[in-house]
Amino acid sequence: MATFIMSAPQTLYEKIWNAHVVEQRDDGTCLIFIDRHLVHEVTSPQAFEGLRVAGRTVRRPDLTLAVPDHNLPTTARRDGAGNRIPIADPESAAQLDALERNAPAFGIRYIADADLEQGIVHVVGPEQGFSLPGTTIVCGDSHTASHGGLGALAFGIGTSEVEHVLATQTLQLKQSKSMEVRVDGELGPGVSAKDVVLHITGVLGASGGTGYVIEYTGSVIRALSIEGRLTVSNMAIEHGARAGLVAPDDVTFAYLKGRPMAPKGAQWDAAVAYWRSLATDAGAAYDKVVTIDAADIAPSVTWGTSPEDVLPITGSIPDPASFADPSKQVAAQKSLDYMGLSAGTKLTEIEVQNIFIGSCTNSRIEDLRAAAAVLKDRKKADAVKWAIVVPGSGLVKRQAEEEGLDRIFTDAGFEWREPGCSACLGMNPDKVPPGERCASTSNRNFVGRQGPGARTHLVSPAMAAAAAVTGRLTDVRLLI
Amino acid sequence: MQPISQVEGRAYPLGLKNIDTDIIIPAVWLKTISRTGLGKGAFETLRAVEGNVFDNPEYNGAPILIAGDNFGCGSSREHAAWAMADLGITAVIAPSFSDIFSGNAFKNGLLAIVLPQPAIDRLLEVAKTDPIRIDLETQTVTTPFQDRFEFEIDPFRKHCLLNGVDEIGLTLNSSDAISAYERKLATDRPWLAPTMG
Repeated sequence: MATFIMSAPQTLYEKIWNAHVVEQRDDGTCLIFIDRHLVHEVTSPQAFEGLRVAGRTVRRPDLTLAVPDHNLPTTARRDGAGNRIPIADPESAAQLDALERNAPAFGIRYIADADLEQGIVHVVGPEQGFSLPGTTIVCGDSHTASHGGLGALAFGIGTSEVEHVLATQTLQLKQSKSMEVRVDGELGPGVSAKDVVLHITGVLGASGGTGYVIEYTGSVIRALSIEGRLTVSNMAIEHGARAGLVAPDDVTFAYLKGRPMAPKGAQWDAAVAYWRSLATDAGAAYDKVVTIDAADIAPSVTWGTSPEDVLPITGSIPDPASFADPSKQVAAQKSLDYMGLSAGTKLTEIEVQNIFIGSCTNSRIEDLRAAAAVLKDRKKADAVKWAIVVPGSGLVKRQAEEEGLDRIFTDAGFEWREPGCSACLGMNPDKVPPGERCASTSNRNFVGRQGPGARTHLVSPAMAAAAAVTGRLTDVRLLI
Repeated sequence: MQPISQVEGRAYPLGLKNIDTDIIIPAVWLKTISRTGLGKGAFETLRAVEGNVFDNPEYNGAPILIAGDNFGCGSSREHAAWAMADLGITAVIAPSFSDIFSGNAFKNGLLAIVLPQPAIDRLLEVAKTDPIRIDLETQTVTTPFQDRFEFEIDPFRKHCLLNGVDEIGLTLNSSDAISAYERKLATDRPWLAPTMG
């Protein structure tokens, strides 16, 4: 007679974790197998150099995918004859060159700077079907949490860990605590996945998720497309969580089916059967649960220099003295000084000179559609000096062009760029000038993030488009 | 990694919360393909302000930094740890750290020590005039004024820091276990091998 061992109910996170333990030491540290490793040009050169110095090889080049994104100019990369247009900055050129040499030298599949498949690692992974549910995914980039939108345990690592994964295909980790962030209800018109995650960040604070892996649940999350779920998971790190997860479901499977690197045929069926078993069991316990009512989420905007500084667009700049925590009072005052704002100013009175639509948070096709829907038959305000759209990948760019979105953007006065990280982090030439404001669909409003002295207001793609039209932070609900 | 057991000296009394990795080292400095030389970009935006602690001769060469909550939040850039090390900092004391930064710090032999806010407040006061001593073996932070604060550290990390363990070398000792896992994976989840379209 068969015996059945009943295991305790498990969360999605626990199931993925347990399936990847190679070894466990007495102190609880586990050697965790890594299924997917994405590599880009900025955080990998020192890791490859470390391998060379130690005479080590890449253990599983087949599970590794390299693509440049952070430091590439978003202007044309090839001339009419197909020759590379040299990168003006010698350091940036050297960094791209290093990845172009390191990937083949270590046998790693490489997507080149002008390939159609090139784009931001966190857009490319899901798009190619390289990122899959139930897998462990790492990259030397904190927004690796994005892939959690597919139900993967995905997190950012430093360069030493990049080297460790290249050499061993594992990481030494301790299991994190688990948190459920449940968002129930229905989003109102003009409220997007970006507003959901900005709101969550406002509720939890910038360090509220530190030490946790978050699973986003609830009817709002279920109703999001994969693009929306990737946006939510993407910003898990902005509330301190190294990884965010959404349980895979039929929406996930429909998104992945037929993607170039996704399983095919019988393998696909076996994969889906496995993925269906990953959802958190009834009765499984999280270490912490936070519930959010969708009715409380408005189109949102940040006012300060931490992503936790979130308000509904209908709000006003807070008085630093209104914060209970004395260290937050100091931080808020410093933020307002940097941002050139004073307490009591209505958010909708704040003028912006720059608009950035892009980044691993909001550069997928749905994001571009949402922005274009607002911009159609409209033009950017004259006061907006610089407005750019940077698609997340060459494939997103092509799709948008097929849908005529590029024309809507350029007719409205936007520049239509090549894929990359761009003005999200102010590393390539796309920067916001000192003292100027930018309504940005990216993920961080840190001091100097978009360029020295740049002032960032994080918003959704539709809200960025609305700000472009009026030249001020604007409630997009008035334009739809 | 070089072994580390004690750090003693002056401490930059920074104290601010949410010191993010873009403040520690702005992205423009990330174009390097080397781990060294990043100190000149460290805390660039803070150093642009007159009277900042980093350029105050009083703290010149200080090996310790005292900061507020959520130090190192933001990016995964290990350049943050490299930049601090290049500046001569070998320990940071704060009420909390981002998960990624504390991991990066550890890999570079940079102590990331967690103490509660009241201890931080006291150390910020002491740091203005006197040195601070950190002892990893006894897990204590002490001052010349008989202050003594105990801190927690993961035993594995402590062992690695005290002995300068090469973590990759350590993991490579488990190569057989990794191979066994890979064989099992090929049977249990064969669809994991990426197809090439």
